Amino acid sequence: MYRILRKKELNPTVTLMDIEAPLVAKKAEPGQFIILRVDEAGERIPLTVADFDREKGTVTIIFQIVGATTKKLNTLNEGDSLHDFVGPLGTPSHVEGLKKVAVVGGGVGCAIAYPIAKKLHGLGAEVHSVVGFRNKDLVILEDEFKAASDKLVMMTDDGSYGSKGLVTNALKELIDSGEQYDEVIAIGPLIMMKFVCQLTKEYGIKTVVSMNPIMIDGTGMCGGCRLTVGGQTKFACVDGPDFDGHEVDFDEAMERGSMYRDFERHAYEETCNLLNKEVK
Amino acid sequence: MPNMSLKKNPMPSQAADVRNKNFLEVALGYSEEQAVDEANRCLNCKNKPCVGGCPVNIDIPAFIARIRERDFEGAYQIITKSSSLPAVCGRVCPQETQCEHKCVRGIKGEPVAIGRLERFVADWHNAHATEAVQKPAPNGHKVAVIGSGPSGLTCAGDLAKKGYSVTVFEALHTAGGVLVYGIPEFRLPKSIVQKEVDTLSELGVDVETNMVIGKVLSIDELFEMGYEAVFVGSGAGLPRFMGIPGESLKGVYSANEFLTRSNLMKAYLDDPVTPISKGGKVAVVGGGNVAMDAARTALRLGAEKVYIVYRRSMEELPARREEVEHAQEEGVEFLLLNNPVEVLGYHNPDDKRDPKNGCVTGIRCIRMELGEPDEKGRRRPVEIPGSEFVLDVDTVVIAIGTSPNPLIKSTTKGLEVNKHGGFIVNEETGATTRDGVFAGGDAVTGAATVISAMGAGKTAAAAIDEYIQSKAK
Repeated sequence: MYRILRKKELNPTVTLMDIEAPLVAKKAEPGQFIILRVDEAGERIPLTVADFDREKGTVTIIFQIVGATTKKLNTLNEGDSLHDFVGPLGTPSHVEGLKKVAVVGGGVGCAIAYPIAKKLHGLGAEVHSVVGFRNKDLVILEDEFKAASDKLVMMTDDGSYGSKGLVTNALKELIDSGEQYDEVIAIGPLIMMKFVCQLTKEYGIKTVVSMNPIMIDGTGMCGGCRLTVGGQTKFACVDGPDFDGHEVDFDEAMERGSMYRDFERHAYEETCNLLNKEVK
Repeated sequence: MPNMSLKKNPMPSQAADVRNKNFLEVALGYSEEQAVDEANRCLNCKNKPCVGGCPVNIDIPAFIARIRERDFEGAYQIITKSSSLPAVCGRVCPQETQCEHKCVRGIKGEPVAIGRLERFVADWHNAHATEAVQKPAPNGHKVAVIGSGPSGLTCAGDLAKKGYSVTVFEALHTAGGVLVYGIPEFRLPKSIVQKEVDTLSELGVDVETNMVIGKVLSIDELFEMGYEAVFVGSGAGLPRFMGIPGESLKGVYSANEFLTRSNLMKAYLDDPVTPISKGGKVAVVGGGNVAMDAARTALRLGAEKVYIVYRRSMEELPARREEVEHAQEEGVEFLLLNNPVEVLGYHNPDDKRDPKNGCVTGIRCIRMELGEPDEKGRRRPVEIPGSEFVLDVDTVVIAIGTSPNPLIKSTTKGLEVNKHGGFIVNEETGATTRDGVFAGGDAVTGAATVISAMGAGKTAAAAIDEYIQSKAK
């Protein structure tokens, strides 16, 4: 079983957990993901590896409470166990040879961007991190990013913390001020990644994005996570989740991501009702 | 006195207009009386042609003789000497092209219903057997089996019976491979697969789920951990798409995804945790058994209309006749000699946030005719110019085949594959190009049958035994 060794609320809707999974911890690399099931009848959900400790045998996951399964996951506490935890899946992020990189994270996507910033920083690359949140209350991993970055720019939509504006504004300023990046790594909502890619394309800076489509098995078997990249069909679970952002068809990915929206909303509400009943 | 009826005892089944609305098993199985009556049709030929048609060489006349004597457990013991999964094979084997195809009674009339008898015997055993499985004495050798589908389970079972300590590594959260994620409940109840897996556990086989070999452990690491041989039965996982416009629209599934959502993730339940498209009109593209499974699943999920779209004619359609007949009885419409050229979707130019944007509205097909035979002798379908038409559907399931999963090949040195991605093996032994690594099933052949995968698992188990014993000397 996969025990929860630590649970920490990063903000009211985002939670961090360290999961005991020594074999996964031994192999995990930034950019890879795991699939978990909370209980025996649960759905399989993919979550990107946020961190790992090979010695302690733990894998850190960070999730936003957005649906029925993450809601249920968040009811578990330290000492409880997950029913299934499989990984590491997908291809690790390519970090070799990068000297100077801008890491752009949006919202809970920062949880995925952070381990890559940390790895690059550890390899001696110059890391500029641009992180964006809706408001001050939703900021996560600020200290971690500080430790892993040579420069950190904090943005909020409403200006309640850091500078007001979008990550694309901040990135554009950095580039215009003369910073020259080997690569931009953008991880966040699809719409954010799309606009970061539009910007960097103008400047001709290679940009890598991490895609998180709907997935079932995570081993290439179902094809549900397919994306169009450079006109070709790719499976995020085995070919990715990292892709060349200038080649990804974001509009299609956004449409596909909404396929089960009604079902998901209904399931989420049901779970909330159920949990409320249990509390009473 | 043998039963000289020209016809098989018919299989008791749920009525077509009842079963197409539920996921319970279609075929209900013979009663003891029907089984004995059918067993009496066997002539007990001396040269046993049927055995030669069985990929695992079950002594068919011998087990049928026991049924005649009403020694059903004795019949089971004969089958289980050759087959690890009789309850599964009795249900999903294509007997009509194997054992029953060779049956002498089939020359004039219908062959003996060997498959139905096998199923009867296995079910009788599962319902009545009380004796615990005998765990063999350990021989001190360790073998790893990758994948818990039919080839892996068979290989593991055979080795465990010889005293090997066997660990089966399964990537998904439930053991059974295609028997669990692919074949629907109404054709193969999952409780039967679970029972077969439990039997292996009783034999001492250790089944580890959530283990994606190639990711969490490599084959090299398995050897370092003390496994002396590895059997790779990782299946033909990767779904093929047609490469036509619109295949990424909402409502287009690979058969693997559609069936996995329904079977493994139980999306067919009334209040599922994993969603699936239900209702509406459904087109299933392809003509194999998987296409039949997908079409019949769609019906049961509440589709108002289900089409099979296949580019050749009924004669070339590769699915088992029984599956085709079942699908037709249940109301699936076959659109033969039709090929999809585009999946069409909804786009609201005035509202980018319209939730229907990107949903399937239909497929454009072109009619085909059969031209000259290809190198395999199958007549090649040729487009009829100007014959395009649009079929209104809400869901498209693409069931045109799979290719082997590259995960293990790409993480293991010295394992060679052919141009289709299947492992290159010695057919007599299942030995791959790497010492100590054996392979079988769809990972070698590409999509084939459960029984041929079992046959390969069996062959490899014998070869692994020989390999390890000769090294131990």
